[in-house]
Amino acid sequence: MSDSVLLPLLVLWPLAGGLAALLAPRIVGLVLVAGTLGNLALGLFLAVTLPGGDPLAHDVGGWGAPLGIALRADGLSAILVLVTAFAAPWLALHASAAYAEPERRYFAGLFLLFLAALNGLFLAGDLFNLYVTLELLGLSAVALAALGGGPAALAASLRYLLATLTGSLAYLLGVALLYRAAGTLDLAQLAGQGTVLPGGAVAFALMVAGLLLKAAVFPLHFWLPPAHANATPPVSAALSGLAVKAPLYLVLRLWLSLYDGAWPLVAELLAALGAAGVLWCSLQAVLQARAKLLVAYSTVAQLGYLLVALALVPAAGLTAYGAFVVLLVSHVLAKAGLFLAVGNLARRARHDRIDGFERVVHHMPLSAGAIALAGVSLMGLPPSGGFSGKWLLLQAGIASGRWWLVAVVLLGGLLAAVYIFKLIEHTFGGSDRPEATALPRRMEWAALALAGSAVGLGFLGQPLLGLLGGVP
Amino acid sequence: MTGQALYAVLGCGLFCLGFHALVVAAHPLRRLLAVNVMGSSVFLVLVAGAAPGDPLPQALVITGIVVAVAATALGLNLLLRLAVPAAADEPADGEGGS
Repeated sequence: MSDSVLLPLLVLWPLAGGLAALLAPRIVGLVLVAGTLGNLALGLFLAVTLPGGDPLAHDVGGWGAPLGIALRADGLSAILVLVTAFAAPWLALHASAAYAEPERRYFAGLFLLFLAALNGLFLAGDLFNLYVTLELLGLSAVALAALGGGPAALAASLRYLLATLTGSLAYLLGVALLYRAAGTLDLAQLAGQGTVLPGGAVAFALMVAGLLLKAAVFPLHFWLPPAHANATPPVSAALSGLAVKAPLYLVLRLWLSLYDGAWPLVAELLAALGAAGVLWCSLQAVLQARAKLLVAYSTVAQLGYLLVALALVPAAGLTAYGAFVVLLVSHVLAKAGLFLAVGNLARRARHDRIDGFERVVHHMPLSAGAIALAGVSLMGLPPSGGFSGKWLLLQAGIASGRWWLVAVVLLGGLLAAVYIFKLIEHTFGGSDRPEATALPRRMEWAALALAGSAVGLGFLGQPLLGLLGGVP
Repeated sequence: MTGQALYAVLGCGLFCLGFHALVVAAHPLRRLLAVNVMGSSVFLVLVAGAAPGDPLPQALVITGIVVAVAATALGLNLLLRLAVPAAADEPADGEGGS
């Protein structure tokens, strides 16, 4: 399969699947399986064809920059496409048991559109197509979050919609200013130009502020906990695991390629925001009484590590870049697994108050195991992916002379241990209620598979960094 | 000041006005309208930035309007369901969520 087929197919396959699921409700199960597994096969193919060669590029329909749609794939895009494609079938497996009709049909359609938007975003080669894929991602994510249908979920989705639209528009205003100055939107043509263009700094501030709002980075995270905690479990997992990573990926791309990692102040500011987010939101997670809110705050805290790693890339190079990617991938897997497992517990108990969970370890050993494994990665204990990522992050921090980072990583890990043990304690303690209805086993296996692969990632650090290649 | 620059400044002013309304307004419908004003202001800046005979900004703005219409429709649907919970119990087939 050549680049000219592979890159468009990565967007078109899930897109066609999403439309098929909404149009042909009878075959929705088949579409969901074919859509997510086909996407995984394409993602794997992209990852094996990429290393050793140049980054892949394709102009859709033969229309090049500035008018056409340029698709590009380098190591970073390939890893993100692959981890998304890996998580998706497990989420679909869980969803196939978690929803009744018609929610299952809506989930299948929207989730495949969500995957198409993510793939499009990771492969897009110009600023405007990035805007369109950001909006597609935001709209499908908001519709997914509203799927639960309760008033709390609807109100949280509306807030999410307003936040994500505001973020996109700030980004688009920045793009408009850049186009005014440079006359092109192509990322390759704009490479390194950002700092010399008139208005480049203003455009940068607008784009990054909008993207940080969309990524729910502290202190712009106000919309995330209610939206993620009130959604249904497969949706929470998709939003917390995948949706918030895309804007951060874009911040990294823009800052490193368009602006060459310029302005030391930007790095200091991003690192400070990230560190504050780790500490403040880990503390918030510890204080929550509802399990899903606890997991949602943990997401904002973990995004803080990603932001710190991102901020260190210009100073520490490949070490920080590798830390960003390993932390990102392990958080996708661990958080998706944790949200599914906590969703299983909440479904059995019919509420998600932590102190009201009964002793479920005998009845749902797989979900309890998933919480423990995801917790190992979130706390950063060896041999998990979370440990490898934090280890690289510490090395990057020390190499660039930021010793305070050691304290932040240690404190963040301790607070993570507190909130994870708060969850674990209640799956092993509390009163037993054996008569509660059992859940379909595949809902438990999906959670365990995702959480287990977050730990397994600790053994795959080298191949992952090999696929990543150098700093762009 | 040339006409184009005037439009660009106007667009930035409108963006700030829209953002102010978004932050200050309490009612979700007003906030949705504020986001729409912000969207239009960005389109104004895009069109004002076009060199003579450059078709690209128009193509971008048309795409942007399509996105804005879809987003507004989704927002209004959510608003309606929040305002009239009874209507959510019996959605017509193929409607809602999508």
